[in-house]
Amino acid sequence: MQTPFLPHTDDDIRQMLEVLGVSSVDSLFADIPASILFKGRLLLPSAAAEAEIKKELLLLSQKNKDADRFVSFLGGGSYDHYIPSIVKHLAGRSEFYTSYTPYQAEISQGLLQIYFEYQTMICELTNMDVSNASMYDGATALAEAVLMAYNVHGRKKVLICGAMNPETIQVLKTYTHNMDISIEIIPFLDGTTELSLLKEKCKEDIACVLVQQPNFFGCLEDVFEIEKITHAAGATFVVSVDPLSLGLIIPPGDYNADIVVGEGQGLGNEMNFGGPLLGFFAAKKEFVRRMPGRIIGETVDKEGKRAFTLTLQTREQHIRREKATSNICSNEALCATMATIYLSWLGREGIREVSSQCAAKAQFAAGLIAKNTNYKLKFSAPFFKEFVIESKKSAAQVNKALLENGILNLIDLGRFFPQLKNNLLVCVTEKRTKEEITRLVEVLGKV
Amino acid sequence: MFPAELKYTKSHEYVRVEGNSATLGLTVFAIEQVKDIVYLELPKAGQELKAGTPFGSLESVKAVFELLSPVSGRVTAVNGALNTAPDIISKSPYGDGWLVKLEMSEAGELNKLMSSEDYEKYIKTEGLH
Amino acid sequence: MELIFEKTKEGRKAYTLSEKFGTSAVPDKFLRRNLTNLPEVSELQIVRHYTGLSKRNIGVDSSFYPLGSCTMKYNPKVNEDIAALPGFTRIHPFENEEDVQGALKVMYEFEYMLKALSGMDALTLQPAAGAHGEFTGLLIAQAYHKSKGRKPTRVIVPDTSHGTNPSSAHIAGYHVVTVKSKDGNIDLEDLKGNLNEDTAVLMITNPNTLGLFEKNIEAIAKMVHEAGALLYMDGANFNAIMGITRPADFGVDIMHFNLHKTFAAPHGGGGPGSGPVGVKEFLKEFLPVPVVRKSGDKYSLDYNLPKSIGKVKSFYGNFNVILKSYVYLRMLGKEGVRKVSEMAVLNANYMKELLKKHYNFPYNELCKHEFVLSINTFKEKGIRALDIAKRLLDYGYHPPTIYFPLIVDEAFMIEPTETEDKETLDAFIEVLIKIKEEAEQTPELISDAPFNTAVRRLDEVNAARNPILKYEKKR
Repeated sequence: MQTPFLPHTDDDIRQMLEVLGVSSVDSLFADIPASILFKGRLLLPSAAAEAEIKKELLLLSQKNKDADRFVSFLGGGSYDHYIPSIVKHLAGRSEFYTSYTPYQAEISQGLLQIYFEYQTMICELTNMDVSNASMYDGATALAEAVLMAYNVHGRKKVLICGAMNPETIQVLKTYTHNMDISIEIIPFLDGTTELSLLKEKCKEDIACVLVQQPNFFGCLEDVFEIEKITHAAGATFVVSVDPLSLGLIIPPGDYNADIVVGEGQGLGNEMNFGGPLLGFFAAKKEFVRRMPGRIIGETVDKEGKRAFTLTLQTREQHIRREKATSNICSNEALCATMATIYLSWLGREGIREVSSQCAAKAQFAAGLIAKNTNYKLKFSAPFFKEFVIESKKSAAQVNKALLENGILNLIDLGRFFPQLKNNLLVCVTEKRTKEEITRLVEVLGKV
Repeated sequence: MFPAELKYTKSHEYVRVEGNSATLGLTVFAIEQVKDIVYLELPKAGQELKAGTPFGSLESVKAVFELLSPVSGRVTAVNGALNTAPDIISKSPYGDGWLVKLEMSEAGELNKLMSSEDYEKYIKTEGLH
Repeated sequence: MELIFEKTKEGRKAYTLSEKFGTSAVPDKFLRRNLTNLPEVSELQIVRHYTGLSKRNIGVDSSFYPLGSCTMKYNPKVNEDIAALPGFTRIHPFENEEDVQGALKVMYEFEYMLKALSGMDALTLQPAAGAHGEFTGLLIAQAYHKSKGRKPTRVIVPDTSHGTNPSSAHIAGYHVVTVKSKDGNIDLEDLKGNLNEDTAVLMITNPNTLGLFEKNIEAIAKMVHEAGALLYMDGANFNAIMGITRPADFGVDIMHFNLHKTFAAPHGGGGPGSGPVGVKEFLKEFLPVPVVRKSGDKYSLDYNLPKSIGKVKSFYGNFNVILKSYVYLRMLGKEGVRKVSEMAVLNANYMKELLKKHYNFPYNELCKHEFVLSINTFKEKGIRALDIAKRLLDYGYHPPTIYFPLIVDEAFMIEPTETEDKETLDAFIEVLIKIKEEAEQTPELISDAPFNTAVRRLDEVNAARNPILKYEKKR
């Protein structure tokens, strides 16, 4: 079979070899020692034609239970928010997605301007001074925030409010494992941080305090009190937020956060089985020269026309190498582009509306569950779009019943917190309808 | 180009000595090499510097240069004007473009530095750091 | 062009949302006090705005993009279509394993194919990019040394390495040592002098960033292993050797792949990428969790690796990117992969041969998939690599990589890739020859370039001195 995507005809190859004065393509590999040339048979499948692979993978994709055919109340770091059609059509323009990082500003004004708009939108949502142009995900963004705080202070202890996404904590532990950094997790009580313990632990040797708002259980933390405790010890206050909450919930800039990170997948990006995600990273302006990742700035060209460019590049690995603020190079630019288009579509009113609907519908669902079923709301703290219910039956039993009724499984919190076995995390986004929520409640009631 | 009353390092810093106080700066030669200086990272007052070790950096758009302290001592003053207008350093390297002032802890270290004549010879033969 | 914020008009809306019901119970103290300044625009305004911006950008689909080290090959459209199937995009990472068997099968089989190509024994798909893969690989090395009761502190990189290599080593907690190159390869004497029991890893790129295959790779691997260290390979240049030689066979213990380079996933304007890491058998117990397993017809995720380095990212990696590369490899098949590398190398050598008479080649020998020339012959005219690059923009090309690798004066690094036809290469060569003439006869044309782009050269000095990093609403 003809190998796809290779344009040369036999005659092209002959002519090119002639120019090179060699007789075969093999001779172009004469510099590789014969002893290490691969002589075996490649254990790959045979080439598939486009029509074949398309059909095969369509069938394979249908083996997955997707959130179109099933109703999803899954959250925990990946969310089913509505994505308008324009996102796919505009971000799908190949001038965007087939281009490289915009190092050549003159022919990259399109993307540079989009990233500048993205930075502005992240600052608007979080009410922070500066934002970078994206990170791998919320978890690595938080890990980078810790490394930054560590470099700022030289202090070596980190306190984490314990109702943080457990995967994020795992990533953070991996990142700091070989650093001279110790991590302590402050336990939660009734769904939010045990403040008295935080206060007791937060001393002058703490580099930073990390809190997720709303936290992994969807509960709203007393960020005002946590801020006071953190800054009283001279530590850096790092907040991880759900950007989709910020149309309704007070932004971290309003309660004096120093660094704000988070997972931005919900902003116009599909769940994609967990990747790619969109990490965002914003901070007060005094940290700008220590921030990780690419940053876009406004300037003018030689004729005085406004233009955008990568700036403050001396922070980055391609210049400062081992002294760079981070090793990040590729980021999640296309995801940021989608987030920008999505946020343009929502606009000033829409973001408020989406956030409010999430909170209202989650409250509606929680109320219905508490009223009509034997499930108990596990925590009494106010929540945003996620909440925890305690089941008398095993999580497996509940999930089996849900799937039989066209609803995807709920997250069994026992997988992360042994003390929360058979507690289920329910997430209600603005997409969920009354009918879907009623169905959920009915199925739960029957188990 | 290189005032005779100053002492010089191989990494192109100069020292102006007044009593036990040392004013550090960068030579015209170094500044011409860097061209457009966009940012300077300088120590804070009160910080202890050690001779031959980095005390800050100088950045152009696409390069970073380490600043090495010619002598040891405690920082008594930092040129804050450079924060907002780093190009002062190009306009007046030996005057308003000074970097930091130190209270020297080991005045003997001065003997290891070059005179203006030696420095001039040095850059002709060695060039960039 | 105006920013989207400058097109805003109070009260204008693009969004529609479904039925409202329920009442939020969020207490007042948690409520946002002021609205954001997100734009207020119509949907058509948004469409015109971003379509307009796309015209101020070029990608591989627009024109030849010979950006060295980045492998800007064609990104097949079928990959995009398959990766957009709802059965792949609309699945949640915390669904039951039995409900995502299709996705797990893709991951399992893709790992299998990368193992076949590299000879490595085990793999993780978790890292989100090349640099992330490097970091992961170095943590694996660290866990390995620790298991042997050792704690070496140094990582060696050649002076031709990508900036991410030393940077990743630093973030992983290592001290970085740089070894010199000699005639375009690692200087064995310098390496020998720097290798000792305190060395954890040597990070190489092979072929290296000059586009040359490390001739002494076997000797290097032997020296590294004798010192008790591990050999890491940055797979950025894997496009040159697929099916021809396998890193595992020339002594590599750990390597990463760049799916957005070698395996045709689009670069996305800077990301997302994907940087899977392959390791030899003796390192597989240290891989990040979870690992995809297969038992009978069932695929599962295994978290039970007591010696694992942990997680480097949420969930399982950039699945959507992995899917695109999976489709690409399935379409190449066992018949096609070697052909890809052969044609990539043929294209590079062909261009190099035709440019030889016109430009300065510091390493004038057989190259692999890319080559580096030095734009240092017009210095007396005041013309540098940057100027030639900017002039290429006027002719509609994305320029090659400039000023890298660092050891070449005025470096200009060209990587054509295998998907470009001969006519495209010939036309580009012609333009480079023409630009050379311009540099000699009308240098001001070059130093003033570009002329035909949306904007001219930018004031980057002022951008860095007085950073403006967001739009501030004019009140």
